[in-house]
Amino acid sequence: MADSPLSSVEAIIAGLADVGYIASRRIATALFMAEHLQKPVLVEGVAGVGKTELALSAAKLLDLPLIRLQCYEGLDESKALYEWKYGKQLLYTQILKDRMGEALEGAHSMEAAMDRLHGMGDMFFSEPFLEPRPLLKALRQEGGAVLLIDEIDKSDEAFEAFLLEVLSAFQASIPEIGTIKAKVPPLVFLTSNNVRDLGDALKRRCLHLHIPLPDAHLEEKIVATRVPGVEAQLTRELVAFVQSLRDIELRKVPSISETVDWARALVLLHADALQPDLVRETLNVLLKFEQDIVAVEPKLNELLGRASEVSGGE
Amino acid sequence: MAISSAPVQATVEEFIKALRASEVRVSPAEAIDAHRALMEVGYQDRGLVRDALCITLAKTPDEVARFDECFDAFFTRDAFQDEAARPRPTEGQQGEGGDLADLPLAQMLLQSDAVSLNQAMEAAARRARATDVRLITQRNLLSRRILDEMGLRELEELIQRLREMGLPRDAALADRLAERREALFEESSRFVDRQMRLYASETGRKMREQLLGQAKLTAVEPEEMRQMEALVKRMAKRLASRYARKRHRAHKGYLDVRKTIRRSMGYGGVPFDIVWKNETIEKPKIVAICDVSRSVAAAAQFMLLFLYSLNEVIEKLEAFAFSDRLIRVGDILESEGLDSAIATIIKKIGMRPTDYGRALGDFTELHRDDLDRHTTIIILGDGRSNYANPRLDIMRDISHRARAVIWLNPEPETYWGQGDSRMNEYKRFCNVAKVCNTLNQLERIIEDVLRTYMPR
Repeated sequence: MADSPLSSVEAIIAGLADVGYIASRRIATALFMAEHLQKPVLVEGVAGVGKTELALSAAKLLDLPLIRLQCYEGLDESKALYEWKYGKQLLYTQILKDRMGEALEGAHSMEAAMDRLHGMGDMFFSEPFLEPRPLLKALRQEGGAVLLIDEIDKSDEAFEAFLLEVLSAFQASIPEIGTIKAKVPPLVFLTSNNVRDLGDALKRRCLHLHIPLPDAHLEEKIVATRVPGVEAQLTRELVAFVQSLRDIELRKVPSISETVDWARALVLLHADALQPDLVRETLNVLLKFEQDIVAVEPKLNELLGRASEVSGGE
Repeated sequence: MAISSAPVQATVEEFIKALRASEVRVSPAEAIDAHRALMEVGYQDRGLVRDALCITLAKTPDEVARFDECFDAFFTRDAFQDEAARPRPTEGQQGEGGDLADLPLAQMLLQSDAVSLNQAMEAAARRARATDVRLITQRNLLSRRILDEMGLRELEELIQRLREMGLPRDAALADRLAERREALFEESSRFVDRQMRLYASETGRKMREQLLGQAKLTAVEPEEMRQMEALVKRMAKRLASRYARKRHRAHKGYLDVRKTIRRSMGYGGVPFDIVWKNETIEKPKIVAICDVSRSVAAAAQFMLLFLYSLNEVIEKLEAFAFSDRLIRVGDILESEGLDSAIATIIKKIGMRPTDYGRALGDFTELHRDDLDRHTTIIILGDGRSNYANPRLDIMRDISHRARAVIWLNPEPETYWGQGDSRMNEYKRFCNVAKVCNTLNQLERIIEDVLRTYMPR
């Protein structure tokens, strides 16, 4: 246990940093708790703060397979847990039909035939015909896995209830076969954008992690890790600018992924400082709504001036 | 690994109590998780303890914010602020020692032992059940109880005794003790204040909200409006999420045996073409018609408030408002903020004499073609038509076309049909007609409506 990457909060922070994810203490603590209390983590936060990325990085850190289940309206257990291989089952019945004469040869009465039939063993609903879907796959991974249930809030209420068994006992019931229990419980992340309120039962079974938009210091670190070629001064300036954008009433404030994309764009354009024209042209990377761009443009010079002041530039 | 000792456990339990008081819901299972989490991380690192508790106990962003506030308030120990107390180590050690030895409080006071005093006060508070404090009126009583537990009575007796001895040195000691006692009073009331902040701040609000829920819509004081708004909003949201659950329930992923076998006929009985059950979800429509005329002036504000909140949470809501004429208000609700939307609607159409007949006429003109068996109509109004033609024929037509008509009337049932009220006649065409003049009633009725008349 001691040399596991999850042995302490500090180790987690360092480990995640190695795989390119800059985690706050709270994020690391959540991961630590998830491992030691064996509970799923429900990750909430606005789009683009790195919820999904956290699961991906955790999988990389632990060197476990990442199994991902994207939720959407209408998702049900046949797509999430298991499905029968109907085609093969049909073929099997065909074969069975052909062999039936042979098997029943010599059985003179109906009762004798039925007895033979019962003795044949029921293959129809059995492991070989089972098609595992993400949840079952995650439960059956020998060495454990990281299971990412993405955007749980987009799924239906019924699916949420169905998840409860998987999340609390790390097992799944298949009516025809029985209960399948995980040997090594997977590390589970659920992400939510708060499209709808999740049920209390689900919330109660999870640790709750809310990832806020980062402060300037953390964001600079993230940009520096994610975008290798960017200069320190430019990083400070662009982060200060993005941070100031977040104070404006916008329809969608830029989150971390937008900052990173923008930094990448600026590096590609060989920018070494935030020129107003350049910013204006690349503003669509940061802001995703026309109204937001229109609202920000007139204030651009003022914001840029303040950003360079804050970051200690000229 | 740290061992969870009893005092620590008691502290965590008290903290959880404080959390519950500030509306962070903590179930027993979560409390156990919190203890387990603390066993994992230990108690040395304040930040770590905070994060560990936060992750196990707070379940929404709001709760995280409240948690942080509560954590800061709870784990702040105000140092004992006793200005008069400077360490005077040599004094008062001999002589009166015999008297003071069996009175730890006096000793602590004389030695200005802030740490011990603090601990003593907390222990006393625990004995006095300070965390059960709920009401601001309990404050003085609680402060007194804590002091009694700490041994105030004995201290007073000691001071009295010292004074009676008449010796100058004893008198001086008595004065000093009396002076410290004053400081102790102040300290205890500060302590109780903090307890109030932690454990009672939310209870008062909850009680007010409970009362508001039962108050007549027409009798709500202006200063309570803000709170009422919050209540209505929360209610609308609760209803909408409950009802959305129903709507999403659709059967998919089941084999349609009948159809599959039917199609297999074409392949000589081999079920080649598999058919799945696929139930389409009906999209329910709600039409809300709100009376904003003079006769319901007081209630209209709330009706509109409710309409506004409903509009925020229900996807397909058609909203209308009327007094003598009827207009569509969906756009106004959609585009404007709460206050301005209500003001605009009232300015546009409100506070005029009612004419139900004409309003219903306008409604059929505007919306008759959109009424079908998926539509539920909610009418909020008093049914007082100023002796104008109530146009019951239109009402009949509407109720025929729609799935259900629900009428919510702010007047008590005994008034229905009195004077210019045509409520008893309209009632015949409604699936539900109910009195609704408190928030709690409104919620109950709307919930019934959603449950009963919404297509599944």
